[in-house]
Amino acid sequence: MTTPLLRAEHLTRHFKIGGALSKRTLHAVDDVNFQIGQREIVALAGESGSGKSTIARLLARVYQPTSGQVYFSQGEEDPGTALSAMRSRRARLRYSSEVPMVFQDPFASINPVFRVSHGVLRSLKLHRPDLSAKERQAEAARVFGVVGLGADMLERYPHELSGGQRQRVGFAQALAGRARLILADEPVSMLDVSIRIGLLNLMATLRDTMGVSILYITHDIASARYVADRLIVMYAGQIAESGPIEEVLADPRHPYTQLLVSAVPDPRAPLSVDAETDIGEPPKVIDPTPGCRFRFRCPIAIDQCGTVTPELTQVSGREVACHVAQSGAEVKAFTS
Amino acid sequence: MLLEVSGLSVDYVLDRADVRAVDNVSFTLDRGEFLGIVGESGCGKSTLLFAIAQLLAPPARIAAGSVTFKGNNLVGLTDGQLASVRWRDMSVVMQSAMNALNPVKSIGAQFRDAMRAHGKTSRDEIGTRSAEVLRMVGIDQAHLGSFPHQLSGGMRQRAMIAMALLFTPDLVIMDEPTSALDVVAQRSLMVQIKELQRLLGFAIIFVTHDMSLVSHFSDRLMVMYAGQVAELGATRRVFDEPLHPYTRGLLEAFPSIRGPRVPLKGIPGNPPDLSVIPTGCRFHPRCPVVYEPCAEVAPELADKEGTLVRCLRYTEERSVPDDHAAATG
Repeated sequence: MTTPLLRAEHLTRHFKIGGALSKRTLHAVDDVNFQIGQREIVALAGESGSGKSTIARLLARVYQPTSGQVYFSQGEEDPGTALSAMRSRRARLRYSSEVPMVFQDPFASINPVFRVSHGVLRSLKLHRPDLSAKERQAEAARVFGVVGLGADMLERYPHELSGGQRQRVGFAQALAGRARLILADEPVSMLDVSIRIGLLNLMATLRDTMGVSILYITHDIASARYVADRLIVMYAGQIAESGPIEEVLADPRHPYTQLLVSAVPDPRAPLSVDAETDIGEPPKVIDPTPGCRFRFRCPIAIDQCGTVTPELTQVSGREVACHVAQSGAEVKAFTS
Repeated sequence: MLLEVSGLSVDYVLDRADVRAVDNVSFTLDRGEFLGIVGESGCGKSTLLFAIAQLLAPPARIAAGSVTFKGNNLVGLTDGQLASVRWRDMSVVMQSAMNALNPVKSIGAQFRDAMRAHGKTSRDEIGTRSAEVLRMVGIDQAHLGSFPHQLSGGMRQRAMIAMALLFTPDLVIMDEPTSALDVVAQRSLMVQIKELQRLLGFAIIFVTHDMSLVSHFSDRLMVMYAGQVAELGATRRVFDEPLHPYTRGLLEAFPSIRGPRVPLKGIPGNPPDLSVIPTGCRFHPRCPVVYEPCAEVAPELADKEGTLVRCLRYTEERSVPDDHAAATG
């Protein structure tokens, strides 16, 4: 197997909550292991509060992990350097230029008082100091071209651009730093339906032609299926199921994945009323006790689920953290 | 008939020129009916809702048309005259419950305010009714004492809906009430809204940008484009046989979770800026089946076996070619 581009091992992030005297801890991300390969789009799905964005911020070094480690590889031969070992300014700058973020809100993530070229040029100046001013302009025009924006767009102000165009600017900024892994946190959820596909197609193009990997954070499973190679389903700070996206969605084994898949509105299919009783409330993961975190919503929970936290293990071509699935029994919690 | 909107136009009065955000929209709504309104941002769907609820504030103003609710035209009434209609007969659920609830007041206090403002002052009555509506949406009445930040997003949205039901209105207007929720919570809320409607019999106007969301819930569907009605018909029919090229494009813009993975194109271009409306058919610059007259002739709404559609292909008796997918692809 080729070296993964990025590898997270036992990644954990806790937050202290409730004031100085409180001893309560929110387990936003708990002991999460995953890999992102070269030239791969990995979709990270889950409901709000499941820890998706915390993972993106951990990978972007906005947060430091409470425990665990992330390794980033510089090439086939490189087994990966731990993020915590990148101490020099140079190493950290290099990492942040190679692993940029694209944010959810294209209206808030671009500075409204500068032309849209500003962000790209600044990124080039910071991350590629060898370029002359003229070369920076040329490079900015090039990355704009890659994301499907004309060079004339460089001189526009953000308010002159549509949401879709602004989000393309976000990807152009990411590319300017010679991105190898783009952390895209809900990049299309604020865009109009008719525009979304264009952005998703752009993400696929970046992977296919530039060899960029993308961590696509979303709660829209259908769009994840459209563009991603692999799917990681998060629930309450832990991975519930992960594997090749087609296989996971065609035959989800974790009850939560089944619930998620059944809830996707599909105008072409009749309404499935199975999960009606599920009120769709995400749990608060404050000082959790051992056991499966989905058990309170799970219709097929067994005694073991209340005492032992299920590990993520291989079950028929994907990884599942569910005692019932691991026992070899057929999981039919929610049908779609 | 509960509501009749007739020839409604809304202008935003700006320094340079007036911008028409809603252009000559007409439809009717029966008691207990569920009408879905879909469209992209800037198509005028929220402005239309606000115009129906008489909530427009300058620079927006109703330029023409009427909104007849239970026999009375609401356009032009003063706030004082509207007070007896608002909340009692017609209530509005806003898009973002996070922002629409007052963060420094408990849920119960906000319910109390609304009821007092609309003429219910008995303490007991307010208490019982508040607990009752909260139970209806599946929230424990203990949460009457809770503040908005203590509730999850889904619960806040439910609390907003409970609040809209305080007086058992005939019409509930909802502006993307589920857009901040994830799919599981979204579906659960939709099922609950539908169930409440069945129990209480109110009519719903539901605005969303996500067509697939209302596909199983609305009776009729109205597709808006650039301030106009592009298509209006029975929901099932619009989904099964979309007539307007824009409706077809919208339906094809959704990746599916089942079936083969096919490349999609979406709709080329961007929704128009309402201050620079294209000539002729407003959709023609993005339309995959555009032909000569589209750039010049503005199509009227045509009745095509019960579905209203605004496209020259139908008024001129030239059907939209079935190889539409090939044309886009």
